Amino acid sequence: MTPADVSAITLTLKLAGLTTLLLLLIGTPIAWWLAHTPSRMKSVVGAVVALPLVLPPTVLGFYLLLLMGPRGAVGQATQALGIGLLPFTFAGLVVASVLYSMPFVVQPLRNAFEAIGPRPLEVAATLRAGPWDRFRTVVLPLARPGFITAAILGFAHTVGEFGVILMIGGNIPERTRVLSVAIYDHVEALEYAQAHWLAGGMVLFSFLVLLALHALNGKTRVL
Amino acid sequence: MGRPVSSDGSVRIAFALQHPGFSMKLDLTVPGRGVTALFGRSGSGKTSCLRVVAGLQAAQQVHVQVGDEVWQDDAQGICLPTHRRPLGYVFQEASLFPHLSVRDNLEYGMRRVPAAERRVQLAQVVQWLGLSTLVDRRPEGLSGGERQRVAIGRALLASPRLLLMDEPLSALDLASRAAILPYLQRLHAELSIPVLYVSHAIDEVARLADHTVVLDAGRVVASGPTARVLNEAGDVLPLGEENGVLIEAAVGLHDEAYHLTRLDFAGGHLWVSRVDRPLGGAVRARVLARDVSVALSQAGDSSIANLLPARVLRMQEEGADRVLLSLETGGGTPLLARITRRSRDQLGLAPGMAVIAQVKSVALAA
Repeated sequence: MTPADVSAITLTLKLAGLTTLLLLLIGTPIAWWLAHTPSRMKSVVGAVVALPLVLPPTVLGFYLLLLMGPRGAVGQATQALGIGLLPFTFAGLVVASVLYSMPFVVQPLRNAFEAIGPRPLEVAATLRAGPWDRFRTVVLPLARPGFITAAILGFAHTVGEFGVILMIGGNIPERTRVLSVAIYDHVEALEYAQAHWLAGGMVLFSFLVLLALHALNGKTRVL
Repeated sequence: MGRPVSSDGSVRIAFALQHPGFSMKLDLTVPGRGVTALFGRSGSGKTSCLRVVAGLQAAQQVHVQVGDEVWQDDAQGICLPTHRRPLGYVFQEASLFPHLSVRDNLEYGMRRVPAAERRVQLAQVVQWLGLSTLVDRRPEGLSGGERQRVAIGRALLASPRLLLMDEPLSALDLASRAAILPYLQRLHAELSIPVLYVSHAIDEVARLADHTVVLDAGRVVASGPTARVLNEAGDVLPLGEENGVLIEAAVGLHDEAYHLTRLDFAGGHLWVSRVDRPLGGAVRARVLARDVSVALSQAGDSSIANLLPARVLRMQEEGADRVLLSLETGGGTPLLARITRRSRDQLGLAPGMAVIAQVKSVALAA
């Protein structure tokens, strides 16, 4: 493996790790809201969150590029805040990955929250536990398989993304050149041996992820 | 502003509830000590009542007050969230936390009560409910009856000012029910807090409740001491085959030779199978209407040992063939008898007549 490959792997892990962390923080309240709200906006929000499942990644990337670009609303906001423009930066990749992998985190969490049902929370409330207390001592432990599934799927899905990255991040070594793009480059350059190292590694990685998922969650279905 | 409630700890519950096809409105004051049964058929609003008291269900014009503590008063804009109401709630299914051991389940509420405010100790509850062999196990390994006992203990350890029990035995089989009832009776003797006990099983009510409130279609149709309510409200209770009276009696005599016990009460006595209680001990006996027949004279050649002189108060036809007789014994103790319409006509029964009530069977309630 070349130093460039190693840096692509590190960058990918950094991106996936940060994205997963952010998604657990953002996705949990969204999933909780979706699982419990009686609001009619529920199906609309649910559909928006699930959109990346069916949308071609290039379509998502294209609109994100426009939105975060110098003329887009987000781009103007980030410029006004002194952050500069997000496209072709690592931060831009993180934002895009969070949106792109959102359904893979929100859906398992939502299922887990719905499966708990209202009763354990009512019981905890009658035993003096306030809302945060109930979340920490009842919801988190009971939804643990859901959180594990969400984290692993969110991480793995981010590692594997390609289309969105090409649109938003381009192919800048050390900054936005992630694993999937590196493989693409090797194949373009007919460097099949290097491509094999990375691609084979991905196959092994994905297999191990699914194995770990089953081991951790036992018989419960994850998808 | 609600009615003044004295500081004897009594509980006032008032609210209105509107659902499509169901409306409920009640204003109820129950004693601050002992077990009050909320009795009625399913759909009569018993569970809703408990949920409103606990703050788990929204309703209109709510007033919930336990002693001098107001938990909710919509008129004054007071509404404590559930976790700030010092109550214990035992649900129909035990609902133990599956991720915690039995001990951690028991201590869940206790840990959230400041040490100075704890009035119940773990060791006490373990002893009352026979939990010593269970505390170190996991909930999934327990039987239904054991789980429900743990759930009751968990609620008690939160040092409640009011204990709410929503048909805690209804999810159990007959054997588990029989095994858990003595524990509940023991709690009744040990606890000094009021208990609201929802049930549609008359035998539970007869065994456990000091006071009984009968609900029907969201309204209170009877309320008072259990024996009086069960006896006087016999016509409005949804009992069917279970219709009968509850007699508060005392052990009067043991006949060791025949292994029988005589239960004395105002207006007579009943012989039953030997009861393991000391002389003078209080016993509740249930006599079902279907187990009582009447005769005009004392027949000396009957196998029925329990014959009580009585007077016919009322007669009420049930269906096409049967009549429910409301009787009163000499001492004013009521009895119900179910006979056929033909028997009534052959005996020429009418209100005011003296009869002999023949009691074929007596069930001991407590």
